Amino acid sequence: MLVHSRRARWALWAGFLVLFVPLFALPLLVVLGASLATHWSGVLPSGPTLDHYRAATRGEALGALTTSLVTAVTASLLALIAGTWAALAGTALGRRGRRVLDALFVLPVAVPSVVVGLAVLVAFSQPPLLLNGTRWIVVAAHTVLVTAFAHQSVSAALDRLDPAYAQAAASLGARPGYVLRRVVLPLLLPSLTAATGLCFALSMGELSATMMLYPPDWTPLPVLIHAATDRGSLFTGSAVAVVLMATTLLVLSAVSRIRTRASYR
Amino acid sequence: MGIRFDSVTVAYDGDVVLDALDLTVAPGEVMALLGPSGSGKTTALRAVAGFVRPLSGRVLLGGRDVTDLPPYRRGIGMVVQQYALFPHLRVEENVAFGLRARGTPRAGIRARVAEALEMTGMAAYARRRPRDLSGGQQQRVAIARALAVRPGVLLLDEPLSALDTRLRSGMLAELARLHRELPDVSMLYVTHDQIEALTLADRIAVMDRARLRACGTPAELYRRPADAFTASFVGNANLLPVTAGTGTAVFAGTELTVATGGVAPGARATLCVRPHLVGLGDGPNRLPGTVTAIQWRGATHRLLVDVGGHELTVDVPESTAVPADGAEITVHFATEDVVLLPAGVSHD
Repeated sequence: MLVHSRRARWALWAGFLVLFVPLFALPLLVVLGASLATHWSGVLPSGPTLDHYRAATRGEALGALTTSLVTAVTASLLALIAGTWAALAGTALGRRGRRVLDALFVLPVAVPSVVVGLAVLVAFSQPPLLLNGTRWIVVAAHTVLVTAFAHQSVSAALDRLDPAYAQAAASLGARPGYVLRRVVLPLLLPSLTAATGLCFALSMGELSATMMLYPPDWTPLPVLIHAATDRGSLFTGSAVAVVLMATTLLVLSAVSRIRTRASYR
Repeated sequence: MGIRFDSVTVAYDGDVVLDALDLTVAPGEVMALLGPSGSGKTTALRAVAGFVRPLSGRVLLGGRDVTDLPPYRRGIGMVVQQYALFPHLRVEENVAFGLRARGTPRAGIRARVAEALEMTGMAAYARRRPRDLSGGQQQRVAIARALAVRPGVLLLDEPLSALDTRLRSGMLAELARLHRELPDVSMLYVTHDQIEALTLADRIAVMDRARLRACGTPAELYRRPADAFTASFVGNANLLPVTAGTGTAVFAGTELTVATGGVAPGARATLCVRPHLVGLGDGPNRLPGTVTAIQWRGATHRLLVDVGGHELTVDVPESTAVPADGAEITVHFATEDVVLLPAGVSHD
């Protein structure tokens, strides 16, 4: 929307700030402030310190960060492969088949994640697939939860992809596998990286299903933050939260750099 | 390599879009498929490429039945309206694509890419990306890409439609030159533009409503159209309903002298005459009329004349003294400039 009068522009900015600051910026700033403080009894935090960060970047917290990173990377790559595969296969289905497939993939998102966690727990607590008590049950639950987003964004991109490219390639003598590797996947690359970034960010922050599943030797960072605030260590919890936030943003910005290099039009 | 359509029928969801097409393109021949949108011409081309599967009938390339072969095993080259260049590949990689896909040895690829780019005048742009090229340049690259695999058949689907008028006539000349340089390549050229078809094609297949209406050399179709649709689509002929006599035809009570050909006396028929062959003033076959509109078209004036309730298009040279809008005038045409068609084939 174009706003031409100067006053209207000021009014819009003011409205934006009134909505944005309290809802989005303030909570994050409070966490940042708390992570650097020893006391917060007045309006502003007091007793600046970096001790919480020292605690948040070593020992148990560092282990949890690694756990979260490994879980998120594994889950988002698995989700990307499964989601892309399903989206590509979906193009060969009829309209009704497509709708069923889409609904199946959206199901884990439509259902509360606690329910997904419970379902995974019940399903994998008995042989033949006994994953309960291992890290794989966490990875499996995260994969189930984020695949929906990978599938959705890749199939949306596929719908937008002009079939003329694949047809031109086929007319030039390229077999379907070659067309997929050399034309379709490269053209989908921007959506694939966007999907990976989204899956990664969702997995890094996942708590409710994880709570029901994590074994003692595989504690992801959100669980640690929850535990810290639960026992009253708000400032340490805040520092760990800032570390989680910073790591996620760092990875996302790296992914988006690949994306800008991969977009051609 | 020749192309043969053997009673090819294509239907989408029970909707027949190509109805029992029989057509043969000789090796090295340029065949234009000319028709309005929805006439089935693009479907025919896609049946040759292998992107649509005929409901019945066979498609033959060089005498080989390819109906059941996937597109990548047909040995064709294809150029489409929107170029479909791969945006993530450079010009030279686009041109090399087909050769790489077929596993051509590396040294051979470089020579063939250079040759194809040379042939289309795009050698200087080998390192560019498609998005950095103009529409005309992109279409040249698309042609180079199709020619690099040395196809026996080149399929062109409205290749010039996305270009502006000036570029289009230049590219038409280029395509004609390419065809002279590659005399063995058959071309199937889909277009809705009669000028492109008349300029480029050895023969034109006129299509309408999923059917082949007429097929012949441009001169045949232009001078002696087989039916009213062909007459109006190729050369915008005027069509007047008449009743045939013996060496005459009666239009709105006026007797005109025409060659009746195969039309029986007393039968209803369609009289067909080209706009530029209608003259103003007295002459052999006279008709009175009223000018309803005048369009200046540079080299000609186009007059729309109401003649006995039918609109007649008359093109006169720009130097002619033009009557005023609404003026009562007389038009005429020579007996040999008129074709009489049986009314049964009238389009609508």
